[in-house]
Amino acid sequence: MLLIDCPHCGPRDEVEFHYGGQAHVPYPEDPYALTDREWAEFLFYRDNPRGPFAERWQHSVGCRKWFNAVRDTATYEFLEVYPMAAPAPSAGGGLTGNGPVGSGSTRSGPVGSGSAGSGSA
Amino acid sequence: MHLRRSPAHGAAAEMAAASVAGPPGVMLREIAFAPQLGVRTVPGSASASRIERALGVSLPSSVGETTGDPDALHCVWISPDEFLTIDVSRTQEHGEAGAVAAALDDDRPGAGRVPGQVVDLSGNRAILELTGPSARAVLEKGCHVDLHPRAFPVGHAVSTLVGPVPMIVHRSHGETFRLLPRSSFAQYTVRWLIDAMLEFRTIRA
Amino acid sequence: MTAGRVGPDCSPGHGIDRTAPITVTVDGRPMAAFAGDTVASAHIASGRLSCGPSLYLSRPRGIVAAGVEEPNALLTVDARTPGGPSESMLPATTVEAVEGLSARWLQGMGVLDPLGDDAYYDRKYVHTDVLIVGAGPAGIAAAREAAKTGARTVLVDEQSMPGGSLLSGRGETVDGVDAVAWARTALERLTGQPDFAYMHRTTAIGSYDANYVVAVERRAADVDTPAAPGVPRERVWHIRAKRVILATGAHERPLVFADNDRPGVMLAGAVRTYLNRYAVAAGKNIILATTDDSVYGLLEDLHSAGIAVPLVVDSRPEPSARARAALEATGARGAFGAAVVGTSAGADASTEVGTSEGVGTSADGQADAGDEGRVTAVSFAPVDEFGRPSGDVETAAADTLAVSGGHSPVLHLHTQRQGRVHWDESLAAFVPEAPVAGQAVVGSANGAVSLGVALEQGAHAGHSAAAETGARGPLVVPTASAVAPGPVRPLWLIAAPHGSAAPGSPDRDGGPGESDLGESAASDGRSGVGDSRDDRPGTSDDEDDDAAFAPERWSTHFVDLQRDQTVADVLRAIGAGMRSVEHIKRYTSISTAGDQGKTSSVNAMGVIASLLEDADPASVGTSTNRPPYTPVAFAALAGRRRGELYEPARVTNIHPWHVAHGAEFEDVGQWKRPRYFPRTDEDMDAAVLRECAAVRTTVGFQDVSTLGKIEIRGTDAPEFLNRIYTNGFAKLPVGRGRYGLMCGADGMLFDDGVTMRLAEDRFLMTTTTGGAAGVLDWLEEWHQTEWPHMDVFFTSVTEQWNTIAVAGPRSRDVVAKIAPDIDVSNEAFGFMEFREAQLSNGIPARICRISFSGELAFEVNVSAFYGLAAWELVAEAGEEFDITPYGTETMHVLRAEKGLVIIGQDTDGTVTPHDAGMGWAVSRLKDFIGKRSFQRADTVRPDRKHFVGVLPVDGVTRLDEGAQLIAAGTPVTPEAGPVPMIGHVTSSYVSAELGRPFGLALVENGFNRMGEIVQSPVDGTLVDVEITSSVFIDPEGKRRDG
Repeated sequence: MLLIDCPHCGPRDEVEFHYGGQAHVPYPEDPYALTDREWAEFLFYRDNPRGPFAERWQHSVGCRKWFNAVRDTATYEFLEVYPMAAPAPSAGGGLTGNGPVGSGSTRSGPVGSGSAGSGSA
Repeated sequence: MHLRRSPAHGAAAEMAAASVAGPPGVMLREIAFAPQLGVRTVPGSASASRIERALGVSLPSSVGETTGDPDALHCVWISPDEFLTIDVSRTQEHGEAGAVAAALDDDRPGAGRVPGQVVDLSGNRAILELTGPSARAVLEKGCHVDLHPRAFPVGHAVSTLVGPVPMIVHRSHGETFRLLPRSSFAQYTVRWLIDAMLEFRTIRA
Repeated sequence: MTAGRVGPDCSPGHGIDRTAPITVTVDGRPMAAFAGDTVASAHIASGRLSCGPSLYLSRPRGIVAAGVEEPNALLTVDARTPGGPSESMLPATTVEAVEGLSARWLQGMGVLDPLGDDAYYDRKYVHTDVLIVGAGPAGIAAAREAAKTGARTVLVDEQSMPGGSLLSGRGETVDGVDAVAWARTALERLTGQPDFAYMHRTTAIGSYDANYVVAVERRAADVDTPAAPGVPRERVWHIRAKRVILATGAHERPLVFADNDRPGVMLAGAVRTYLNRYAVAAGKNIILATTDDSVYGLLEDLHSAGIAVPLVVDSRPEPSARARAALEATGARGAFGAAVVGTSAGADASTEVGTSEGVGTSADGQADAGDEGRVTAVSFAPVDEFGRPSGDVETAAADTLAVSGGHSPVLHLHTQRQGRVHWDESLAAFVPEAPVAGQAVVGSANGAVSLGVALEQGAHAGHSAAAETGARGPLVVPTASAVAPGPVRPLWLIAAPHGSAAPGSPDRDGGPGESDLGESAASDGRSGVGDSRDDRPGTSDDEDDDAAFAPERWSTHFVDLQRDQTVADVLRAIGAGMRSVEHIKRYTSISTAGDQGKTSSVNAMGVIASLLEDADPASVGTSTNRPPYTPVAFAALAGRRRGELYEPARVTNIHPWHVAHGAEFEDVGQWKRPRYFPRTDEDMDAAVLRECAAVRTTVGFQDVSTLGKIEIRGTDAPEFLNRIYTNGFAKLPVGRGRYGLMCGADGMLFDDGVTMRLAEDRFLMTTTTGGAAGVLDWLEEWHQTEWPHMDVFFTSVTEQWNTIAVAGPRSRDVVAKIAPDIDVSNEAFGFMEFREAQLSNGIPARICRISFSGELAFEVNVSAFYGLAAWELVAEAGEEFDITPYGTETMHVLRAEKGLVIIGQDTDGTVTPHDAGMGWAVSRLKDFIGKRSFQRADTVRPDRKHFVGVLPVDGVTRLDEGAQLIAAGTPVTPEAGPVPMIGHVTSSYVSAELGRPFGLALVENGFNRMGEIVQSPVDGTLVDVEITSSVFIDPEGKRRDG
């Protein structure tokens, strides 16, 4: 039973959370500028490292807020928890996603550039 | 009034029968039809101050915190921009959210619309009250959150799970916990609690 | 002296209450016992050791151990309370003797009680600063230091009383007082402290991430409190601890020699436990065999109890100081540099077999009559530097052989958390390399070899753990002897002397066990399939280069008693090419029985190391322990989540009416929704036909309160919805609703529903019942992670409202009656509009014109607590029109007749709006989630699966939902090979309106196959099916406005 430190609610049991897949997979700035292959890679391709991995979690039973965390996939230890808007911690080499394009910063365009839709539903 | 039917209606007799006063007993009842408002706003914003003024109670600022009077109007922190107000001293009326919601739409000169949301949620959650020396022990049969008084003092409230049911758990008084599951879960929650209380009736007997 | 119960002058009997005699019954034989006994100790007290025969080889077996590691003595315990379970495969060494308990020795496989288990089980969540597992000396020292700081401290222990290994000894002191009394007093002082809990009879079975430990408490009802309603028989504790201290002790290992499985061969520590804790002597003439100093305490204790110990066989070449002193004091003979090479069960013993009747109750402990195959003599011989017998074999008479092959720290909980271990050569044991983060391992679990060291480790760990949680107190280390024991000389396997007539050989060559081996190995496939060395007994392999390791010479060298696996089986595994302990374990099944190899696992590694070249236990390594440490009843894990508490049943305010009117319910997610309302003698088909006809011809009403509802406010709400829905919402006028589709970024349909505009900046979105939570999460996800600057807020109001659908040509008449204040005419109240209204009984309502059937229809929304009153009002108002309640099945048929898709039934995450024939709802003007994917090569393929209607050509056969569709004439034979599928039936019903069955389907290139006849299997026969439009009724939409 993982103990996950929600940035808003503090440490809570894993059962209160929803897993959101790899973090920092930015929604492309302009999806229409991508080839079909690049778009498919954004939709379907994710890293699967052994070791530190930046991923998204939502405290679904509590505050319902999304946040990012770095978790070691071999030991299950949470190394860091940080807000959605923050960049990936430099500590974890190989943490950043390999999304094909995009800066990862939020913007106000019609379909933006964070990482929604990349791991759920 | 007779047209209303509370979420745990029909279980009142069972709850009373399952309750045992005095050590190590535990009692269960429903608080029906209390007005509840869902509030979405960011504390410290103009919206928040308008809402606080209209409500007459300040919004809590961090997890676990409640403000106001647990026996009348009080406010529970749900997330950094989500709150639930509950007034257990009276009964919901039609248009309950109107006055507070209107504060966000204030169209008087110099005021103007502000972001945020206020919604009448009086029917959205049931309010069950578990009281007695064994109330904590009953909840510990299904609540992952630490209910020790040092970790969960009087006035503390969180959204969590009790058994398989998501709910708000609010320690309103020393030995009293208010449980606020969504209304559709009320009947199941009552059965779950009555079953969990059985042990303490037996010990007493 | 005799075997059986000994008096207070001979044993402290730490664990029993001699003033509380009780009787237990095993195999119908009543046995006298005392409170505190286990069934095993009571059995031994009655003069016997033997239990049921071994499972695979049917060899006679006896009690080996005194705790959870027992591999042989399994019981089936009869139900102890009315409705309670009869439990199989319980080690007799762990079943506490209570008055009236009745059990049988397990014969063969255990069985789950076919009558079920009505006992009460429970669960509890606990948080603590410090959790200590094990109430032996190290654990108690840790608990004392932690608890006195005020830190929340929980001490769990599988035993019924504190003391752990101290209960097995005598004469030891801690802080100058008797060690057992010290343990008891220390805990008594802690008990009553508000934040200290000592949980006895509680086994920590699993250790999980972030110091989450699961423990099973065997509670009162069976042991010391009468069963009562709500008092759980067992309770599973879920403990989250800031710090964990493992003081889990060590298990003794047997020795691997020929016929090491006879009744009477016991672990030395167990013999000592029975003597000192339970005041029972396992035998009256006991030989000890050891590889270290650990048996010499037993030697002294047996001697002072007056039990004969003629001989100690010690593998070490020279006696240690401890050994020398004990031998001198007791007069026992010590054979050093020697090992036991075999046992025998003489004729005398076997003649006693038939005398079991009536012997057992003998309170005078008349020896061991009835122990079939019990040891009568022990053979031993000098061993060379490699541990091989290398001299004359001597034989000595004995009724019991107490063996010690060393001690293995109990590190299951440590390794479950990926804690590493390393091989300690001086201890001949795997010990923790370092504790897991936030944990400590102390005492013999950490390789502590003296009481003094164990106490010191425990006290320091308890003190530090509390300090790490912020609680401090003065450190006090209890003092006790810390004399280091002498050296260890492990023996992993001891050959039977070659050519010598080992005492057990008659048995080995002709005994029932031996003749079963071949059969057993051959029949269950455990012996090497494809193994070129088919080494079943009787097959000669004299040609083999290494005749010494011919498996038949090792077929009674048992490694795993519960699995009946021997060194011969390990040899076969190696012969089949296995080298890794993980492979050999799986090939042989060693360590995979109910005891999880507590006595066999390390020995297996030692055996493997001895058989492989250039290997030692360190290089062979350990296998992985997994929870649970000891078996757990399924019922305990289920706890109170069974019956009506198994899964939450969500119900609407109207639910009691549905129940009162005989609804049959359907589970939709956690909701209980009426599926149909059968009248007397109606089956589902008849009821649904009637309900459908009512809606199509007059009026019906349905509880649709379960649909998800989300209230949305914000200046950016219109734009937000534009991005979420495939169709446009920004220009939706206030006061109107619109049906919308949602897709994932991959362009596949994900949810649908009607959203109404309440004000310029306020919307009320509805979702599917099953999608309610997911859609709210979806909105929040995009808002929080992509568009945080947009002014928009969402609040779920699903449960704030109850919604009643009123559908059918007469629905307007009904709504006009219940809402007299509003004009419900088509001109005044258009489709997809809504009105705020006050119902005739005063209830405030919002009424919408929405249809999911194609008929004129309304939805009446009221605050949830008015749901039932509003429903009853509709029922009353509709009475004159014969209004009919309908359920989800009728709703499904009605929408299917109209060709309306149900997301999740007719779609499966691979269907685009275009595939579903809803390209009309996809905007070409704006961007939205999923739009880019509609340009992908795969989504523009013309031959994608399309949503179409299917009509069985014969007009009477109902297709099966989920059934495949194939092109007409496709051969469906094994010879023709795989059958190309062109699609499948997603929905299938009988239509009252059409007077025939019909269906919906996803079919490759379906839009271009209208009129084509395809085929689908029904009850094993292919039926012809015509592909049609998905809209079966009213394609022009004339009925919508009534």
